[in-house]
Amino acid sequence: MRVLAAMSGGVDSAVAAARAVEAGHDVTGVHLALARNPQTYRTGARGCCTLEDSRDARRAADVLGIPFYVWDMADRFHDDVVDDFVAEYAAGRTPNPCLRCNEKIKFAAVLDRAVALGFDAVVTGHHARLGADGLLRRSVDAAKDQSYVLAVLTRAQLDRSIFPLGYSTKAEVRAEAARRGLAVADKPDSHDICFIADGDTRGFLAERLGEAPGQVVDALTGAVVGSHSGAYQYTVGQRRGLHLDRPAPDGRPRYVLSITPTTNTVTVGPAEALEVSDVRATRPVWTGGPRPDGPVECDVQLRAHGDVVPAAVEVDADGLRASLRRPVRGVAAGQAIVAYRPDPAGDVVLGSATITAA
Amino acid sequence: MAYLDHAATTPMLDEALEAYVAVAREVGNASSLHAAGRRARRRVEESRERVAAALGARPSEVIFTGGGTESDNLAVKGVFWARRAARADRFRVVSSAVEHHAVLDAVDWLVEHEGAQAGWLPVDAAGRLDPARLRAELAEHGEHVAVVTAMWANNEVGTVQPVAELAAVAAEHGVPFHTDAIQAVGQVPVDFAASGVSALTVTGHKLGGPAGVGALLLGRDVAATPLLHGGGQERDVRSGTLDTAGIVAFAVAVESAVKGQQEYAARVAALRDELVERVRQAVPEVIFNGDPADRLPGNAHFSFPGCEGDALLLLLDAQGIACSTGSACSAGVAQPSHVLLAMGADDDRARSSLRFTLGHTSTDADVDALIAALPGAVERARRAAALRTPR
Repeated sequence: MRVLAAMSGGVDSAVAAARAVEAGHDVTGVHLALARNPQTYRTGARGCCTLEDSRDARRAADVLGIPFYVWDMADRFHDDVVDDFVAEYAAGRTPNPCLRCNEKIKFAAVLDRAVALGFDAVVTGHHARLGADGLLRRSVDAAKDQSYVLAVLTRAQLDRSIFPLGYSTKAEVRAEAARRGLAVADKPDSHDICFIADGDTRGFLAERLGEAPGQVVDALTGAVVGSHSGAYQYTVGQRRGLHLDRPAPDGRPRYVLSITPTTNTVTVGPAEALEVSDVRATRPVWTGGPRPDGPVECDVQLRAHGDVVPAAVEVDADGLRASLRRPVRGVAAGQAIVAYRPDPAGDVVLGSATITAA
Repeated sequence: MAYLDHAATTPMLDEALEAYVAVAREVGNASSLHAAGRRARRRVEESRERVAAALGARPSEVIFTGGGTESDNLAVKGVFWARRAARADRFRVVSSAVEHHAVLDAVDWLVEHEGAQAGWLPVDAAGRLDPARLRAELAEHGEHVAVVTAMWANNEVGTVQPVAELAAVAAEHGVPFHTDAIQAVGQVPVDFAASGVSALTVTGHKLGGPAGVGALLLGRDVAATPLLHGGGQERDVRSGTLDTAGIVAFAVAVESAVKGQQEYAARVAALRDELVERVRQAVPEVIFNGDPADRLPGNAHFSFPGCEGDALLLLLDAQGIACSTGSACSAGVAQPSHVLLAMGADDDRARSSLRFTLGHTSTDADVDALIAALPGAVERARRAAALRTPR
């Protein structure tokens, strides 16, 4: 096959491209320039898309002996991921930008362009298994598993995707990179949100959304217990940094229960009020088989690296509803709910949707 | 492989490569006083005379440099500094909107860091400068102008500028005129003295010499403040140990390229015309950019409506065809050409452009290979471009 390897400049995508070459594919490497004003060097282990990353990707392509180009996706990324991230927070939700980038950039804008240019598939260094049966499964490396942020992909997108790393641990990938002479073998992992280089999400949002002072209200008493400078700075389940003016009457810690953009109110309450058993979600995809007619018993995951809980899931064309078998705390609108079928050969992604209410 | 990117760099001429290897085997610093040093010095001075003779300059006007970018920087910054040092109210630099980045960015740097003022001369739709615009510029600002710089021929669209006329206008106002002739030497007749310019940039690897060596021809009465300080080589204007082997090979290449220019230009222009004609037949909606008559013999530059140049480049590259989209930023992202934009093209047309440049090793087979691959590549690139979200 003629395949396009998305090369971030990191170790995973370099080894993924190497494996694609070894599998006999005709591989072309592409680095996505996502930042409008790329920084020259990585600061710490954060971020990506610096000039150094572009150079690292190019060097890896040299070592593999494959053509290499840089594609400018900065405008698309800004519109579809960064602006969306800010808008979601402004609407009182908690977005996952990596998921959105997979959905809109890597497996949409890039994949579509690749297909138009005559490529058959896109290869990435994501840690997830995608075998001959077409099912997306968790990586063998549970700590590095990225199936959650890939669960948003449709059947058509998965059919044009190759994830060569799903059957390897991160340690194996690093060792292989060193064996192959790839200089990125010991490059630190990237963390957090790539377009917020300093990791200060609140500052990033404050710069874009401005100050919007409002009230913090106790859910039980209805009393105003504090103030905030922007409801977007809070996430459901958050305990720290609430700066309440007075302690709750019961003396127990308060958590963010909900954010109401229309009144710019942050509602807080005790931990048990966070507990959720019924989750509704929108924009469903279902790739683990035919869409079921009735409820399906499965596991669901409600945030990246979050715990899984058993649930009965019902899905139709417009939405998804999950009845959790035990209550979960801190379910935030905007995050994805991903349904998995437990499987000894790797838990299978059944489908996903974006949480609207819990 | 069909190498259609000779304007980026062209293969070394056999005689230049042989001269390089022979001299590179010898020891000797041209600044040393012993026999080995004298031998190296003699080779450098012979080369200086050959370059001077080939380009209509005096040997003392040839300053060897590390290539085109250095020569351009030395001319723009060095002459600016020297002229302003002589009179503080000479703070203006006049240039054109279609210069190479080695000139553009040097001028911008002077504006940002040295308090210079820039006067940018526009070009017409063919990328051509109008001497009347320079005359108007100098009539208005002449006493404040430190230096005028305008290229002899454009590296992207191949348009040849009326350099002698521009130089004459500058001379009327007593302002030094520099020209970047990197793309011109060996392609069109270039004579330093006859052109009336005060300074001229030439580099080796565009005419069959090695990369990393070039020269600035600098009139004997034109002062330039050095960029590099050190041992005082090259009239005290360009310090640094002379690259004897590189300079010898450069001189051999300049001499060969200039001697063979007419014959070369006739052969390559005929091949280029065939390429243009066949591209037009294969892709009828193509737009041919640059001046149709006053252009470099090896240059064919097109816009492919509805395509993105970088997609075309990728597709042609996969078929073994090497061409160019213009410039890329430091991260490797293709940028819309400032030259096309200055010629009045919109962003889409600028991004849809490809440059094919022929040279001394080009043959019919290169053109055949391009024509075989081009229609399929254009069709695919169109499909890819159609996916772009309109904004």
